[in-house]
Amino acid sequence: MSTSGTNGIVIIGAGQAASQAVMSLRSEGYEGPIRMIGDEAEPPYQRPPLSKKFLAGEIGFDRVELKPVEFYANAGCELLLSTRVAAIERAKKVVLTSDGREIAYDKLIIATGSRVREINVPGFDLEGVYYLRSVADVHEIQKNFKPGAKMVVVGGGYIGLEVAAVAKKHDISVTVLETAERVMARVVDPIVSHFYERIHREEGVIIRTGVTVAGFEGEGGRITHVVSGEGESFPCTFVVVGIGIIPNTELAQDAGVTVENGIVVDEMTRTSDPDIYAAGDCTNHPNGVYGRRLRLESVHNAIEQGKTAAAAITGKDKPYNQVPWFWSDQYDLKLQIAGLSTGYTEAVTRGNPAEGRSFAVFYLKDGVLIAVDAVNRAPEFMMARQLIAKQAKLDPKRLADESISMKEVANA
Amino acid sequence: MAKVTYVEHNGKEHTIDVAEGLTLMEGAVKNMVPGIDADCGGACACATCMIYVPEEWLAKIPGKEDMEETMLDFCEHTQANSRLSCQIKVTPELDGIRVSLPESQH
Repeated sequence: MSTSGTNGIVIIGAGQAASQAVMSLRSEGYEGPIRMIGDEAEPPYQRPPLSKKFLAGEIGFDRVELKPVEFYANAGCELLLSTRVAAIERAKKVVLTSDGREIAYDKLIIATGSRVREINVPGFDLEGVYYLRSVADVHEIQKNFKPGAKMVVVGGGYIGLEVAAVAKKHDISVTVLETAERVMARVVDPIVSHFYERIHREEGVIIRTGVTVAGFEGEGGRITHVVSGEGESFPCTFVVVGIGIIPNTELAQDAGVTVENGIVVDEMTRTSDPDIYAAGDCTNHPNGVYGRRLRLESVHNAIEQGKTAAAAITGKDKPYNQVPWFWSDQYDLKLQIAGLSTGYTEAVTRGNPAEGRSFAVFYLKDGVLIAVDAVNRAPEFMMARQLIAKQAKLDPKRLADESISMKEVANA
Repeated sequence: MAKVTYVEHNGKEHTIDVAEGLTLMEGAVKNMVPGIDADCGGACACATCMIYVPEEWLAKIPGKEDMEETMLDFCEHTQANSRLSCQIKVTPELDGIRVSLPESQH
């Protein structure tokens, strides 16, 4: 075991990567102390359901938490919740908490995740303007789910559109404002964007693209209108802002650990300091499948890097090399994305996105499959995950031909 | 409560009291049974919670929906009695069930 000393392992952050690291450290045989420090009140929980079933009230916190709180005690992991870390002092190998404690480590895992990007317009601090990142945020938003409520969503990305779908189910009037010319512009091809715009309109959501938000107006400190850059006014009873996230890299940066669009780690999640590892949304890591560095915002990445960090700390290097994948639930649609489409030279559609609710888009780069967006298309998603890992060269005509099954396409 | 026994690929057994209403996936993940990854937390989006259910128990569990069926169809270690454990809710009828885990979820 490469870890010596009696201070054990300290994990900053209490999300999915942190929880996985505890589990994996123990299953890899690490027996020393583990301390996990998180700034939220709850033990580690899953964030994806927050904008889906948890917001809808279909499941409670017991279904969202990753492990029951006793798990951590049983696993010999001390939880320091509602606790912020103020600084890492690498020379002394301690972390300082904002309430003045000094916690020593032999090895440190930074799993600080990310935070919401805040909107900087007049009226940003009015009551009734929300972000969705935490359980506490969801509880606040839910208070506004009342008959006659009118919601404006700022940002037509995953979070905004998932919230729109849930609110619509609760009979709330919903308007989505997106600055770009199409929704989900950062992550999918126009074919998929236009499909989602159609679905949301069919469900009764007003989708407005190419609209910037200039400010929020209110009465008595409470929001009543969102005003666009073109001077248009959108009445509302509350607003949810979903305009992206920012990796939490400041602690690492201030401590002199190398940061460049994320905490820079190698395929073993090692940072520039040999005693410090980093995992999850906050990292910039190499990816062998794509031959470049990535910063990902995903559960899968957090889990796998949590495993990788635990393995590396216990001296069993298991290089991280994964095809990224993501999913989004809106209405009766399950969008499953495998790979990253950046740099594609050809998009191949299977099924008809102009009608119905099931199709897939494959992204090829010089004939090699690099990504898929699959809507209610499990075979396409599952097969593509394997083919992307193999960097398979595929015939676009066969991919588009629905009379040829995905297994046959793969075996060609 | 139902007593559920999870058998790892190496034969190691874990017998756990799982509350009604939870899924077989949650029963494993919340109790440190290794071998069920459940990346998506039960959204039927990832197919990393596969189990094998003995014939006699399959009859007591509602059948597969299309999504589960197709996801399983493309998994590496799928057998005729494979199920995604996130799709199986624990009921009193499942008391005493034994399920086994595949070699790997990937």
